[in-house]
Amino acid sequence: MAAEVGGGDSGKKKGKKKGRKKKANPRIDMTPMVDLGFLLLTFFVLTTTMSTPVAMPVVVPAEKQEEQKTEQEKISEEKVLFLYLTGKDRIYWYRGRENNEVKLNYTTYGDKGVREVIYKEREKVKRSGLFDLSKDPDPMIVMIKLSDDASYRNMVDILDEMNITDQKKYMLLDMEKADIEIVQDYEKNMNLPSSIEKSLANLAKSGAS
Amino acid sequence: MPKAKVARKSTAIDMTPMVDLAFLLITFFMLTVKFRPQEAVTVILPPSIATTPVPNVDLLTILIGEDGKVYMGVSDQNTRRAMLEAVAQERNITFTEEEKKKFAVLEQVPVPIEELKRFLALRPSDREAYIKKSKGVPVDSADNQLQMWMLRARLSNPNLRIAIKADEKTPYPAIRQVIKTLKKQKANRFNLVTIQEADPRKQKATSSSQS
Repeated sequence: MAAEVGGGDSGKKKGKKKGRKKKANPRIDMTPMVDLGFLLLTFFVLTTTMSTPVAMPVVVPAEKQEEQKTEQEKISEEKVLFLYLTGKDRIYWYRGRENNEVKLNYTTYGDKGVREVIYKEREKVKRSGLFDLSKDPDPMIVMIKLSDDASYRNMVDILDEMNITDQKKYMLLDMEKADIEIVQDYEKNMNLPSSIEKSLANLAKSGAS
Repeated sequence: MPKAKVARKSTAIDMTPMVDLAFLLITFFMLTVKFRPQEAVTVILPPSIATTPVPNVDLLTILIGEDGKVYMGVSDQNTRRAMLEAVAQERNITFTEEEKKKFAVLEQVPVPIEELKRFLALRPSDREAYIKKSKGVPVDSADNQLQMWMLRARLSNPNLRIAIKADEKTPYPAIRQVIKTLKKQKANRFNLVTIQEADPRKQKATSSSQS
């Protein structure tokens, strides 16, 4: 099929002379145009459907207010859940003390790890009977302490976990010297890292299944 | 009776509606497409369940690379210009009109202020290599240039919202340093730019309602 454009008039005149009517074909072969069209379409579709970034709002306490708070309030350790975020995506946590000693536990990120810990500990705090639930229906406070080995991903993950578990009261803090010692002691006494690596692997397996 | 003539049908299909459709879609995508601007470094964002889209006007972005290098930029070119002029005055550096124009199209401040003149003189093709070697905008307390840039940017446009855009592998101390700088300026409200992830609570809700 040949492409003929605007050949209608001349065709008729010629046709009259010869006494034969030649039908002009007003159709254009649009295949190349369609090809081009879809090529462009594909290009634009692929460039636009990139994942659009979203913003996670963060509010940090003003510097002055923070100092005042620590002076004024004394928080019962029973309702504070400490999360130590260290390198290699590990989380160590404890709440309250046993015989005046800190006993650390470990976990990982995700629904089988730290999320479950938060849910469980929150229930324990509520049921402990030490706090007036009518005044404050959810007394637990989470203290997140980040070590220098932690990554930005760890920070975003844990803040996300706070949003997922609806944990309203939490603080983002740096690990202090005492915290680092606690973690180091724990890693030494548990014959780490081999045993923890195994447990973490198990956790990951149970999470995946 | 003679055999019924089978009408010859043309094998050509009228493709006009298809073309119409294709071009309609092209027009739509062309109008909605927003090309990603050339940033100082490419970062892989961590996922989160946040849903608010990142605003694209009046935005001050602090870009932190995987190696902890910090870059800072604002979304509109007028603020970039005003910011550069104020900083130049503070540092006693004069920039020519051409240099200001070149600076205004940069998405982020890519190098320390001392190297900025040299950087702007480079051809665009050499810039990427220079950024890799350079140390970005200094954030250390001895010479906190991030604070300087931010202050000038926020003075020339008080409506700026702050967003931190960091690679997921960025070590925490680099983030801490930036947040410290923000706190010093009483910028206690900011956004972390992430990519969207499905909310596990909603997933649970839909799956339980289905079953």
